[in-house]
Amino acid sequence: MNDKKLIVTGLVIFLMIVLFPFWYNRGKAVPPPEVKLTEQAKAAKECVLSKEYMRAEHMQLLDLWRESVVREADRVYTNPKGKQFVMSLSNTCLDCHSNKADFCDKCHNYASVRPYCWDCHIENPKETK
Amino acid sequence: MDTSRRRVLQLLGLSAAALSAPPVFNALAKDAPVAAPQIGPSKEALTARQWAMVIDTRKFKSEKDVEPLVEACHKIHNVPHWDEKRWEIKWLWATHYGHAFSGTASRRFIAEEVEHRPFLVLCNHCENPPCVRACPTKATFKRPEDGIVMMDFHRCIGCRFCMAACPFGARSFNYRDPRPGLKQTNKQFPTRMKGVVEKCSFCVERLAEGKLPACVEASEGKLAFGDLFDEKSNVRELIKTHYTIRRKVNLGTEPAVYYIV
Repeated sequence: MNDKKLIVTGLVIFLMIVLFPFWYNRGKAVPPPEVKLTEQAKAAKECVLSKEYMRAEHMQLLDLWRESVVREADRVYTNPKGKQFVMSLSNTCLDCHSNKADFCDKCHNYASVRPYCWDCHIENPKETK
Repeated sequence: MDTSRRRVLQLLGLSAAALSAPPVFNALAKDAPVAAPQIGPSKEALTARQWAMVIDTRKFKSEKDVEPLVEACHKIHNVPHWDEKRWEIKWLWATHYGHAFSGTASRRFIAEEVEHRPFLVLCNHCENPPCVRACPTKATFKRPEDGIVMMDFHRCIGCRFCMAACPFGARSFNYRDPRPGLKQTNKQFPTRMKGVVEKCSFCVERLAEGKLPACVEASEGKLAFGDLFDEKSNVRELIKTHYTIRRKVNLGTEPAVYYIV
């Protein structure tokens, strides 16, 4: 074991490189995204369910909607307040939230999730960039 | 031990009262009940036990009569157009008599006029669909409500067993991303993605809004659409009063598209 110095130096360099992202970004946090609402969404005040629920669980709701519409042929959703919605991502959700880049994408990019909704569902044309 | 019989009974009674208390308190403490969200069919939806179509082929003289129907269908469903034949996607198209009715009706020495008619073909929404049995993920299924053979594009894995199973060639496979093949898109309806099979859906999305399928609407009376199991329906009336044939009935799939010849 005459290479002790060499090994330790190598290890230290290795750890520095591996841990580079940690010490380089230490103390800094990327600010959470500010989601922009369209005028239409602001005017509506509340989404299908409460804001908190939609923020955290919208994918569950979308999954339920997909299942009901495609497989059960049920297309109308009545929320606890009695308001009715046609269960459609393209026509109901994206009608209000027509700013995909400022609404959907902001959070999805921040959380590094890549939903494949947009492979088929067309983002709303009203979007302005 | 000087526990009397009376004492034991008293304790038992008290315990019973204590046990029954929580449900009572809970009931009193509960807020106004929150209505659960509800899911149901739309009110204006058209319903049937088995949707069927009757095509009056006598009214189709040339390809020109067929084009507006195909156009209407392909436009609203974002069906791409490729010049390359191998990539072709079709929901509704015209074919020769011999192709449409191979094995069913005589193909030798038939009336010239019939031989030259364009025959509209599409998914037959069979009562006994072989594609449904072939699908390993149940992406293709027969709707119990109205007999439509429907596809859940989310579930399709692109194995193409259904295409092999369908005797009518009603299904197409997206060998490539369909979006570049679209001249214009209907934003109300999704496109498909690469690696997914697609076919006619008897316009389920329109039926749910109380509208007839797009081709029927565009046909100006050349096509009829209705419930096969409703004796008073328009399709039954047409089948009763006209001689109709169906494609490949000998296979036993019971197609729901009838042709007046």
